[in-house]
Amino acid sequence: MDFTFDDEQQALREAVRGLVGKRYGDYETRRRTVAGEPGFDEELWQRLAEMGVLGLPFAEEDGGVGAGPVEVGIVAEELGRVLAPEPYVAAVVLAGGLAAELGTPEQRSALIGPLAAGETLLTFAHAEAGSRWQPTAQAVRAERDGDGWRLTGTKEPVPHGVRADQLLVSAALPDGGTGLFWVTGDAEGLSRTTSRTIDGGRSARVDLERCPAQPLGAGGDATAAIERALHATRVAAGNQAVGTMESALRITAGYLTSRKQFGVTLNTFQALTFRAADLYVALELTKSLVGWATMVEAEDPDSLADAATRASLQVCRAGRLIGQEAIQLHGGIGMTAEYAIGAHTAHLVALEQWLGTGSHHLGALAVTVADHAEVDPIR
Amino acid sequence: MQLKLSAEDAAFREELRTFFTTQVPAEIREAVLARRELTKDQFVQSQRILNAAGYAVPHWPVEWGGRNWTELQRHLWHEEMQRAGVPAPLAFNASMVGPVIAAFGSQEIKERFLPATANLDIWWSQGFSEPDAGSDLASLRTTAVRDGDHFVVNGQKTWTTLGQYGDWIFCLVRTDAEVRKQAGISFLLIDMTSPGLEVRPIELIDGGHEVNEVWFTDVRVPAENLVGELNKGWDYAKFLLGNERVGVAPVGATKRVLAEAKKWAAEVGQLDDPLTAARIAELENDLLALELTAVRVAANSADGKPHPASSVLKLRGTELQQAVSELALDLAGPAGLSCFAGEGALAPEWSRRSTPVYLNLRKASIYGGSNEVQRQIIARTILGL
Repeated sequence: MDFTFDDEQQALREAVRGLVGKRYGDYETRRRTVAGEPGFDEELWQRLAEMGVLGLPFAEEDGGVGAGPVEVGIVAEELGRVLAPEPYVAAVVLAGGLAAELGTPEQRSALIGPLAAGETLLTFAHAEAGSRWQPTAQAVRAERDGDGWRLTGTKEPVPHGVRADQLLVSAALPDGGTGLFWVTGDAEGLSRTTSRTIDGGRSARVDLERCPAQPLGAGGDATAAIERALHATRVAAGNQAVGTMESALRITAGYLTSRKQFGVTLNTFQALTFRAADLYVALELTKSLVGWATMVEAEDPDSLADAATRASLQVCRAGRLIGQEAIQLHGGIGMTAEYAIGAHTAHLVALEQWLGTGSHHLGALAVTVADHAEVDPIR
Repeated sequence: MQLKLSAEDAAFREELRTFFTTQVPAEIREAVLARRELTKDQFVQSQRILNAAGYAVPHWPVEWGGRNWTELQRHLWHEEMQRAGVPAPLAFNASMVGPVIAAFGSQEIKERFLPATANLDIWWSQGFSEPDAGSDLASLRTTAVRDGDHFVVNGQKTWTTLGQYGDWIFCLVRTDAEVRKQAGISFLLIDMTSPGLEVRPIELIDGGHEVNEVWFTDVRVPAENLVGELNKGWDYAKFLLGNERVGVAPVGATKRVLAEAKKWAAEVGQLDDPLTAARIAELENDLLALELTAVRVAANSADGKPHPASSVLKLRGTELQQAVSELALDLAGPAGLSCFAGEGALAPEWSRRSTPVYLNLRKASIYGGSNEVQRQIIARTILGL
């Protein structure tokens, strides 16, 4: 097992860090960007496309670059480090991943090439009222209409559901199971309303009223593919969270060495430095588990569900600890929207809400404890 | 980034697994798995078997029995050993004094001590802590005063683990009281049969006799038993403690106990209990994160110096070791009261061991640099606080 990155991967990291760091290194720029629509920087999105970043996980014949989870993880971590609001994980990893796995060659060339080129924004409309991260759909139903299909029901929250040009929508099939459909942004019967998430992202309510839709690929039950895509998304989001946590700890340590009270800097107080040390421990453990899950996705895809769940649990645990303590160690300034630290905490919360909380992941692991004697990470 | 072991490392792992489970006597491994206290003979027998096969001191320099393994191979060795219930080579010999002698001792001292240390022909004790020098180790007061060809040692060491078995003791002694406290310490090897040296047992909260006080009254030690240079002992001690931090994260052993604890949970009808299952699942995940960190950090170690993040391993490793012992305590329930009832009791051995082990392991977050010292190291050297 080897956790080191090769030269090409290092170069990718440097390039992405340079680009997004230049854009969002000043937190005020990030604040302004998320305050306006569409909630991210379209120009930066184009630059990412030009760098090949948006096409990383896709096959070259589909218009992608043919890289893998490790490269995607590197990009996600660098975006997370500066709280970049661009919907990389939602559009490329989740929606793009589904299109790549299930789409016919025609669908793939219609969706993935333009996504990788930054011409089309794709999203996956899946969550419904009352749903809790399951891979199935209930509230949105698919019905046959001649040779085609129509969808009816409501999806919410849908990441960047209003800005998205094309939507992949999960829907309950008439004969059971959950199908996956392609709905174009200008489809009749489609109406969308946007709102802000706590971390400055965008989420939509998407209403479908007998909205024409095309099954992705051969059609039929897509539950397993949706579950796989959600797990791959958790791995990428875990990398993004690592970047955010590392940044939160760096900012917090910097604050402790500069802020003065009682005439001395805060790092004079062991009650504070010991807590910062615990944050470092949590971060290091998380880096290891997320790095491992990323390698499992790349090399042992049959174990993806287990690895993604394990990494997610650790990410959630560390995210809560680091998110809460980073604010507390700052004191009052940590509560302000003007200062960056609280936005890190908010982003970590939003990632959990999107892909599952620690309790959710622990629940999944708890029902399997009797199935194995021990957890062996070495393959 | 690569998940899979190379064919070479996979074969290496298999070879170790076979060796540990077939060459070390089953009764020794069963004693470890049952969390019994081992006898001196069991420690010695096991280490000699390992040493004969080149598995006792693989991290030493090659000329003294080292194997020049990669960090990953060393990790696999450590994990497979613990997994099989093979007692790790005595830490005082293999991880502490051996590497110090190999790094800083004269050729004569190396030849005299290293082969016997690797083979556990000499059982070493550690003479570091004193009643007034715990976490503040450099405040130690045991003195060594030069008198001709000898040092004359006076003072008291404490928390000397298994000192009742000790043949020799490696000590930090004050050889200069006039300078900064770290600058007046030397590293001295002392024969425990020397006149004036007395070992007194300390009874611990688990009812066992694991540690001792060692008293020195005008103990005469040949000057040739000084390791390295006079008054450089603090540097050697820091080197030793850095190695110790890496060695004390007992990932494999804790995993093994947790795997056993699942059987115990099933035995007492608790494995289906959602709270117990969640607690076990969380511990498994925490241990997984720790094991992966051990691999990642070990792979980043440079120049044989411990990675600063090795403090994470010590801190988290001992927390989880304690947490698993706490799980066993809770699983045992009322049967834990029969801890000293012996074989005649209805309570199975694992539940009888649960209370003493739980209490005994409170030591883990104290020794090897207390966990608070590790937090201090992380805050200062890594976070710059």
